[in-house]
Amino acid sequence: MLVEFAMQHAWLVPLLPALAFVIIVFLTRPFRKLSAIVAVGSMAVACFFATLAAYGIFTNHEYIEKPLVYATRWFSLGLPGMPDLRVDVGVQLDPVSAMMLFMVSFIATFIFLYSIGYMEGDPGYSVFFSYLSLFGASMLLLVISSNLLQMFVAWELVGLCSYLLIGFFTHKISAREAAKKAFVTCRIADFGLLLGLLALQIVFGTLNLTELAEKIEHFEEYTTFGMLTLIAVLVFIGPIGKSGQFPLHVWLPDAMEGPTPVSALIHAATMVVAGVYLVGRTMFLFHEVPSAMQLVAVTGGFTALFAATIAITQREIKRILAYSTVSQLGYMMLALGVGSLTASMFHLWTHAFFKALMFLGAGSVLHALHHKADVWEMGGLYKKMPITTWTFVIGGLAIAGIPPFAGFWSKDEILVAALNGGHYVLFAMAAFTAFLTAFYMWRMIFLAFFGEENPANHPHESPWTMTLPLVVLSVGAIGAGWLGTPWYNIWGEWIKFGHPHHGPVNYGAMLLSIVLAAAGIYLAYMLYLKDAKKKRARKMAEWFGPVYRMLYNKYYIDELYLWFNHALVDGTARLFYLFDIYVVDGIVNGIGAFARLSGDGLRVFQSGRIQNYVLIFFLGVLAVAVLMAFTGPSAASLVLGGVK
Amino acid sequence: MEFPILLTILLAPVFAALILVFVPKEEHMLIKSIAAAGTFVSMALSLVAYFTYNQEIGGLQFVFGHDIPWIKDLGVTFFLAADGISLPMLLLTNLIGFSAVFASWNITNRPREFFILLMLLIAGVMGTFIAHDLFIFLLFYEVVVIPIYILVIIWGSSKRVTKEYAGMKLTIYLLIGSAFLLVGVIALFVKTTALAGAPDMSFTGLAQVAQQLSRFDQIWLFALMLLGFGSLISMWPFHSWSPDGYAGAPTAVSMIHAGVLKKIGGYGLVKIAVYMLPVGAAFWAPYMAVLGVIGVAYAAMGALAQKDLKYVVGYSSVSHMGYVILAVACLNVIGLNGAVANMFAHGVMAALFFSMIGFIYEKTHTRWIPDMGGLARQTPRLAVGFMLAAMASLGLPGLVSFIPEFTIFVGSFQVYGGLAVIGIAGIIITALYVLRAGANTLFGPPRPEYVHLEDIKGPELVPLVVLGTVLVVGGFLPSLLFDMINSGVVPLHAAISDVLQIGGKF
Amino acid sequence: MPAISLTHYVVLSALLFSIGLFGVLTKRNAVAVLICIELMLNAVNINLVAFSKYVTPTDFIGQIFSIFVITVAAAEVGVGLAIIIAIYRNRLSVNLDDFDWLKW
Repeated sequence: MLVEFAMQHAWLVPLLPALAFVIIVFLTRPFRKLSAIVAVGSMAVACFFATLAAYGIFTNHEYIEKPLVYATRWFSLGLPGMPDLRVDVGVQLDPVSAMMLFMVSFIATFIFLYSIGYMEGDPGYSVFFSYLSLFGASMLLLVISSNLLQMFVAWELVGLCSYLLIGFFTHKISAREAAKKAFVTCRIADFGLLLGLLALQIVFGTLNLTELAEKIEHFEEYTTFGMLTLIAVLVFIGPIGKSGQFPLHVWLPDAMEGPTPVSALIHAATMVVAGVYLVGRTMFLFHEVPSAMQLVAVTGGFTALFAATIAITQREIKRILAYSTVSQLGYMMLALGVGSLTASMFHLWTHAFFKALMFLGAGSVLHALHHKADVWEMGGLYKKMPITTWTFVIGGLAIAGIPPFAGFWSKDEILVAALNGGHYVLFAMAAFTAFLTAFYMWRMIFLAFFGEENPANHPHESPWTMTLPLVVLSVGAIGAGWLGTPWYNIWGEWIKFGHPHHGPVNYGAMLLSIVLAAAGIYLAYMLYLKDAKKKRARKMAEWFGPVYRMLYNKYYIDELYLWFNHALVDGTARLFYLFDIYVVDGIVNGIGAFARLSGDGLRVFQSGRIQNYVLIFFLGVLAVAVLMAFTGPSAASLVLGGVK
Repeated sequence: MEFPILLTILLAPVFAALILVFVPKEEHMLIKSIAAAGTFVSMALSLVAYFTYNQEIGGLQFVFGHDIPWIKDLGVTFFLAADGISLPMLLLTNLIGFSAVFASWNITNRPREFFILLMLLIAGVMGTFIAHDLFIFLLFYEVVVIPIYILVIIWGSSKRVTKEYAGMKLTIYLLIGSAFLLVGVIALFVKTTALAGAPDMSFTGLAQVAQQLSRFDQIWLFALMLLGFGSLISMWPFHSWSPDGYAGAPTAVSMIHAGVLKKIGGYGLVKIAVYMLPVGAAFWAPYMAVLGVIGVAYAAMGALAQKDLKYVVGYSSVSHMGYVILAVACLNVIGLNGAVANMFAHGVMAALFFSMIGFIYEKTHTRWIPDMGGLARQTPRLAVGFMLAAMASLGLPGLVSFIPEFTIFVGSFQVYGGLAVIGIAGIIITALYVLRAGANTLFGPPRPEYVHLEDIKGPELVPLVVLGTVLVVGGFLPSLLFDMINSGVVPLHAAISDVLQIGGKF
Repeated sequence: MPAISLTHYVVLSALLFSIGLFGVLTKRNAVAVLICIELMLNAVNINLVAFSKYVTPTDFIGQIFSIFVITVAAAEVGVGLAIIIAIYRNRLSVNLDDFDWLKW
């Protein structure tokens, strides 16, 4: 009965954190602890409802096949009977959204809990929790949206929260710039998405997911294939920005300026996967357009490899994790592109656990080391911080793809999907990325947690509010993948697009991915742990000097964008402005000046001397008299304006 | 006879101004309270009017004075009425008017005269929105010009341009606009009287006849109206008064001017020009769309180059008005809805923006962005207001301006395709300049000279509370706004599309 | 000796008018200008009387009108001198070149 209630009132799930936001802002802001309790409590209750709703969906075969939608009118234009434009808001529960609903609220609960300890002593404690709650509300709204415009609203709201939280340390210029960069980069992508939505609305007359799905199935009645391709590509631009795909990935690593719980929640587990989720949600659109699918796959595959290469050389712990996130998001896109919603969502699911875990672990380290972020200055932390270390190791094993940890199963599924789809190049890229992933992750782990201690550091284990989430998430990082093993794939029964056929278990691919992961870890071990002085690692960096520098500087893409922004955009703006004040305003002022100058010219006649006036007056009379004398009265009357 | 609600709304500030004349000029508190009370009455009553308007029936309601002759020989009556298009604008005027009083709370230079003029200004603007007679409409419009001029040159501020220059530019532009308009109106009146036989200046009466005018007449009459209303709504290239004027004007005037006065142009375009001369509108629509899109992109780029906060918002308002012009040019239900809604949304947002900038200027004595930074730490409430306005300006969903922009995009994308895309691209540049201004003003390391700034408090909070509430509520419940506007737009659109369909015979 | 014709009167009047006009235009002294104006008025009077005598000898419109002119001229001289005295009290000058305050 409670399950029924939760399913019918799934809108409560986003509403609860939204209420928390309002309560914190207007009531409990002065009371720090209370604010935190309100935020965590509301999210926990939301998580409870989400769990019930998800349980209801997954245990009922009917809802797995056909989404459960509650929608109502948001606004409409035109005659009530046949509106020109009508937009609905509503809740759509199906396996994908139920999974996300559970995942987001679950992870958010623990990250909120973690923040209680992590943000201790910050002057903006209550504000931080209000932002977190707002984010939770927006993200959950995004997940359950039944309408693409509603989703877009939530999509922008999570972007806003991301902006606010990246720039949470407002006094830091770097945080301010990173926040701005994140917002503007995503905005550029959202422009594409918005165009796509407009086109969908105009062509199909609706943005409701279920209706769109039906109509696009026979899109020929509405539009041409070319137009549909264009729409799919436009829609995909949004996810490129939100999910940090190349070439709009630049904001995500910079977003690490925000507090670590934010990085874990927004920039690893939830918000950045919104892009993947959107593509998954609109799979019915992409499915009709093979070239768009190809684009998704190639973008994903390339991003995965591209970000992994950068991650190898980075020094800051959170930056490494950020590039790893970009790379893993690339995996998810790749999976979607090769047509496997199952694999993509599966990786999204497992990734949320182990990446949130690793970010929180990194946060624990930063907390202990007073925000010293360079992994080369860490070392030997395992002695003082056992829980953090071992949970982090679990995360490392999971992301590297060592069975039976979660990442192995999902990554394997993606590789198999690429292989089955016949995308051999993408398969090779993904496999190589898997190797790189294992390498750079374990490079970081060996450097930071093992080896010799840095005497300058005085680490200590974090309080229970921080370690409890680590432990809980590490359980997820171990076991989350067991839902979708190749032998008993209940995940594939739940979350699927169309009727995917399950091929036989591919032991070859499985073996390959284990070998690659092990090789990566082994290489990292040889370079960074066995070789205590790290001589070989340094030598390699010297050998590949130019390559190393290029990777370390992230292919100079940020510099390129900066140049573009400052030289081109600002330059053009300056030109426009000068045009405005000199040409447009020049004309305006010119008209004014003309009036004034002609006045100045005529002013000569106003000398103030009566005698001049008299002279002119007399000459005028004389002229009229002469005219009258020579031409007769009729002509003169013409001159005098009809006076006869 | 029912309660004359529109007349009361109109006269409340006038009455307040009359009382103010007799208040000793030293009684600053009393003066401000009277002004606040006058605008509050108007605001409360316009809220009542807004929510008691019967959308099912639609059409003109709260009719007053259609039987009071004003100039009999010209068929002018003191006709006040409201429909779904004018009510949002009336409400907007009063929301902003009320806030503007509080945004000027700290004024010390001749407050009595200031508030008297402000009350007259508000009443004049309201009058244009509820007048249902073209002559009365023009009359109120001219009433507005004088207070604006005096307010700017006495209470304004000189930065890049002097306040005298700003006041002059603003006034002369307004007057040039009204000159075009006047010629258009006189011509329209002469033509319609000749056609109908009897003079009638009421909107509906004029429209019924004017719609029958020949294609040629409609085209040149519409051109005159477009010039008049276009320069009022700062249509490119008649926009250059807007940034300078707002920069020179005192806060309250910037709020009212950017918030509502400018909208008289858009309102007139929809309710007078397009409604009465549909064939002319159809002829000029593509040109309008082009000018609108140029305005959007051009002003956005201009805003990007600004370092003075008021100039940023000044250019941004030109850019937003470009969307309104583009939307009107669509001539479809979605576009016209979007145009009116966007005027409402932009009004709320611009007024909030200007009031916040006014407070910042009052406290830091600068509007120069590079001289600021880190204000969020000292003045968090101010920062909230500023960010709310900034986010609304860049069309953040969840705030009132998103849905109007979306509907404009849908409408214009349908009609103009590629051209609309350029306009939509404006949202990127908008994000860039708004965030840059916000970030450099509010965030970053706090500056020592601003450490002791006081946050806004007490009466200063009113603009933030009133306008902020509207921003958020309108964002989440767009139907509150759209159902109203729709009830006015649908019959209007039906009327013009009737004419356009049989328009083939002209 | 030929009789004095209308032409003689007109020539005399024209000469007188021109002398008066010359004085009005060139004199710096306001009193002198006033005197010259009187000359011009008298030239007009001569014209009026002469035309009346030669063109319409039966009625006396010209003569009557010239009496009006003389009356008004007297009043005008009164007002004019009063203004000049008032200005002199302010400016200690009757020089017309100094009287350009109306110029903006």
